[in-house]
Amino acid sequence: MEKLNFIEQFRTFRRNCLSQGDSVVPTIVVPAGTCGRASGANELIRVIEQELADKGLTEKIGLRVTGCHGFCEMEPYILIEPEQTFYPKVDPAEIPNIIEAVVRGDVLEDLLLKDSESGRIMQKQDDLPFFNKQVRTILSRNERIDPVSIESYISIGGYSAMVKVFENGDPKWVISEVKASGLRGRGGAGFLTGLKWKMLAEQPNGHGKFLVCNADEGDPGAYMDRSVLEGNPHSIIEGMIIGAYGTGVTEGILYVRNEYPLAIKHFNIALRQAREIGFLGEDILGTGFSFDISLVKGAGAFVCGEETALIRSIEGKMGEPRQRPPFPIQKGIYGKPTAINNVETWANIPVIIEGGAEAFAKIGTKNNHGTKIFSLVGKIKNTGLVEIPMGMTIKEIVYKIGGGPAGKSEIKAVQTGGPSGGCIPANKFDISIDYDSLTEVGSIMGSGGMIVMDKNTCMVDVAKYFMNFLKDESCGKCYTCRKGTQRMYEILDDISKGKGTSAHLRLLDELAHVVKDTTMCGLGQTASNPVLSTLRYFKDEYIEHIEKKRCPAGVCKELISYSINENCVGCRACVKACPEGAISGEKKQRHFIDTGKCIKCGACRNVCKFEAVDV
Amino acid sequence: MSNLDITYISQILTGYKSMKGALIPVLQEVQNHYTYIPEPAVDLIAEALNISPSEIYGVLTFYTQFYTQPEGKYTIKLCRGTACHVKGSKSILEAIERKLGIRVGETTKDDLFTLRIVACLGACAVAPVMMVNGDYYGELTLEKIEGIFDELQAKECKSAKT
Repeated sequence: MEKLNFIEQFRTFRRNCLSQGDSVVPTIVVPAGTCGRASGANELIRVIEQELADKGLTEKIGLRVTGCHGFCEMEPYILIEPEQTFYPKVDPAEIPNIIEAVVRGDVLEDLLLKDSESGRIMQKQDDLPFFNKQVRTILSRNERIDPVSIESYISIGGYSAMVKVFENGDPKWVISEVKASGLRGRGGAGFLTGLKWKMLAEQPNGHGKFLVCNADEGDPGAYMDRSVLEGNPHSIIEGMIIGAYGTGVTEGILYVRNEYPLAIKHFNIALRQAREIGFLGEDILGTGFSFDISLVKGAGAFVCGEETALIRSIEGKMGEPRQRPPFPIQKGIYGKPTAINNVETWANIPVIIEGGAEAFAKIGTKNNHGTKIFSLVGKIKNTGLVEIPMGMTIKEIVYKIGGGPAGKSEIKAVQTGGPSGGCIPANKFDISIDYDSLTEVGSIMGSGGMIVMDKNTCMVDVAKYFMNFLKDESCGKCYTCRKGTQRMYEILDDISKGKGTSAHLRLLDELAHVVKDTTMCGLGQTASNPVLSTLRYFKDEYIEHIEKKRCPAGVCKELISYSINENCVGCRACVKACPEGAISGEKKQRHFIDTGKCIKCGACRNVCKFEAVDV
Repeated sequence: MSNLDITYISQILTGYKSMKGALIPVLQEVQNHYTYIPEPAVDLIAEALNISPSEIYGVLTFYTQFYTQPEGKYTIKLCRGTACHVKGSKSILEAIERKLGIRVGETTKDDLFTLRIVACLGACAVAPVMMVNGDYYGELTLEKIEGIFDELQAKECKSAKT
């Protein structure tokens, strides 16, 4: 790739990219982020390539492998452009038929998605309620580009925001635009990005400031940052260049989880391309401005999502948080002023600069501008990433976009904000999704995990699950966090085993408040949220466990027993499945479970086709 | 341990001597090569980077991704994320433990399987999910677990015979 030395050269280059992208051939688009690949997208791509080559169609039909578009539930799926025909869960054996249909300009109706209520066939992506209720400013770009091609990104307007900033030439303008947009940090805390940048720009230490992109997406059940990094790495680089120009920073760092190999690969490719073309390095596009980004891989510690711990980890030390102030903005990496923003925050920057702060501020509600990506997962019909304008209600997300419960069981809560967040009960689903409303009901926005729970989810078990996670991830520096999370876990474990007393509930509540009030970092201060929010909304479940020694959801093993009811036809499937030989019975006669031998693994219930196993 | 070839460690170190914050990338590279951090590596790294061995042990035991024992031929990474948890990954974990006769963090006696849990693989649509040496296995059930490991074990028996 030839290096571009002037802004004028960028314009010529961009025209070339546009003309190349202007082909009229139909294109098959295959989303192949990590989730797509886990569902079989790689095999699909292999078959499509083979089929196009065999039939000599490589010149007539395009193939674009992209990052994740969001609808993970339907993967591996393909999209046919320009009609946007959406084929869900594609069987590789159908590829030849689909390709023939594309050649004919036809659509295979049998393979399309049908609306479960009306039976209506939904041909186009925009016909799907999952997509048409969203506002996809960030995610929609994933489907339009090849993530490992800088030309592809430029052809959809990429790096124009960077050039706009260079042409304006005033760093203060960048900060004022970001401030005016009202963008708040998408990592969870919701601090105003423009204000953070202004503080960084005003730091007296003129040399050696750092900008960091925090991609240590540690919340279990949240993967939107990974999806943006995999599907559109150049948007992060562009955002960081703009941020660096505005704040006078010359060094940037992407801190990324080591568990994201594809994101790391794509980001490294993008970095190389950006350096080759001259968007990173010395004297970018002849402006005299220099900036470069390096990639640092995390080593597996949830607490490193906390700013001061992340900084220590970048310095090659144990990721223990430290007391603030001084804030990272004053003293960060190697003592230099440092601003840390989350992946999704960075992805929003080019959008704001390109479209203008005013347009951005129009999306959402007062004090909560723009869109937010959520990962809608758990007991939900349409699992996937959804991007919504701030202010939409939980109900709309769960029922309209998410399509309601996955099975027959009713939805009873959503959990947002990861281990630092809380559970929101179904009767509060009318609240609007924004930083303030979520905090009001005892949860937080967090990075955007939204885990749906139904009647078969035990809330004591959920609290115990998070506390187990937090006690393992507590760095151990503050005594109250180290021992407090441990003790809360032990109490929850006792309750889940039927050994709880009402005194335990009071102790749990007291302990939760002590941990909240006496720990130093964000992890400790929010560690009690899973306990406090379940105690607040689902106390009756705790009481069931304590007083009646019963787990209403049928989850806590010590409190349940398996038995076979009269539906049993005597097929012996469960007898074969039982790893302990605890089930006996003749063929065609009702079977019995020896509760003494039963380890309550649930294997019998999983294989039974007659709903004959009760819990 | 005695026949461990440590020349690779010295090779890695030459590239990092003057770099700030080099410890974690060095440990990652050493582990990529050996599947774990061998004891002799710690002293070599300590000397090259001018860090005390105790500090290195501090870092390598702080982060969950560093191991001090060799990995089995197959590393199982079972996702214990929230979505997987509500879809029953705990009983999947117990089933794997029963099937292979090992607990989390352990390796089978034949050095074939190491069982690890990870906070989240981010493949929630196919929850409960696990990764075995880079391959994903989604929508796991107790039955599927039996089949997957029977198959891997059979494959290994076959290759051992030939």
